[in-house]
Amino acid sequence: MSQEDILKKVQKIVSEQLSVDESEVKPEASFANDLGADSLDTVELVMALEEEFDIEIPDEAAEDIATVQAAVDYINQKAAA
Amino acid sequence: MLDLTGKNALVTGIANNRSIAWGIAQQLHKAGANLGVTYLPDDRGRFKQKVSELVEPLNPSIFVPCNVQNDEQVDAAFETVKEKWGKLDILIHCLAFANKDDLAGDFSTVSREGYNLAMEVSAYSLVQLCRAAKPLMTDGGSVVTLTYVGGVRVIPNYNVMGIAKAALEMNVRYLASEMGPQNIRVNAISAGPIRTLASSAVGGILDMIRHVEEVAPLRRTVTQEEVGNTAAFLCSDLSSGVTGQVLYVDAGYEIMGM
Repeated sequence: MSQEDILKKVQKIVSEQLSVDESEVKPEASFANDLGADSLDTVELVMALEEEFDIEIPDEAAEDIATVQAAVDYINQKAAA
Repeated sequence: MLDLTGKNALVTGIANNRSIAWGIAQQLHKAGANLGVTYLPDDRGRFKQKVSELVEPLNPSIFVPCNVQNDEQVDAAFETVKEKWGKLDILIHCLAFANKDDLAGDFSTVSREGYNLAMEVSAYSLVQLCRAAKPLMTDGGSVVTLTYVGGVRVIPNYNVMGIAKAALEMNVRYLASEMGPQNIRVNAISAGPIRTLASSAVGGILDMIRHVEEVAPLRRTVTQEEVGNTAAFLCSDLSSGVTGQVLYVDAGYEIMGM
């Protein structure tokens, strides 16, 4: 899957989980600061991403994923591994 | 066979499509039960919206908020049950909470508040809901709650929730004894680790699941559907002689010593 495809999928999931418009889910957007995610949203988001991409995102890694691009990078790296 | 047609079932604890309570609700619906669903109200109303969309295909005839820390809300929920259904047959209790900080590291660091909070929401709530349900279960009934092996043996990071689950399992026995003469049965399902919104708060949940997949006789953990099927069994006449029990639905993990 290309970076671009991953980004599209991530944007779709984020917009659904956080009930925000897909156009707001820019790569540089921060989940907490720009998209209004609280800790509960974050957990749900991580689980939704795990499901979609069939990967595991451990707590320590999840804590470092603050932006849409960070999520894409993590998934990309996991998929390549 | 397994038929819950005409039974009124109140299901608590659905947060999203990963919830074990959701797995249970689906199986009860499949068996023909008439469903009522409670949700945890929050400021932004997101549980209300998400849960209502999720459960819509099951046509619940009751959909009410129920935060067990709010006595008035619990009373109101059961008042709705009384008004709409007249009687209750099945109560599904899938409620637990502890602060995330108390679900990792040293157990002894748990604060008095954190300890009491876990006990209140995860153990006392069963007593509270059974007290409210008892007068409505006029034709007898079945109560099912969810526990975990961490309430019997030490599971790293489960910590204060293990103490709460131990209390919950003892609640099951005392409640079963009290309500048995009214033909109300009370049982617990001890499910293997499943990734849910609640279990995500437990430190190292993914490692727990991986360990079970390596060690359990069936070499896997269990699904929401499997727990749901066992719950449907415990709610049906097929289990009419079973009460006060903790039934392990854990791919056999509980029997292993190493």
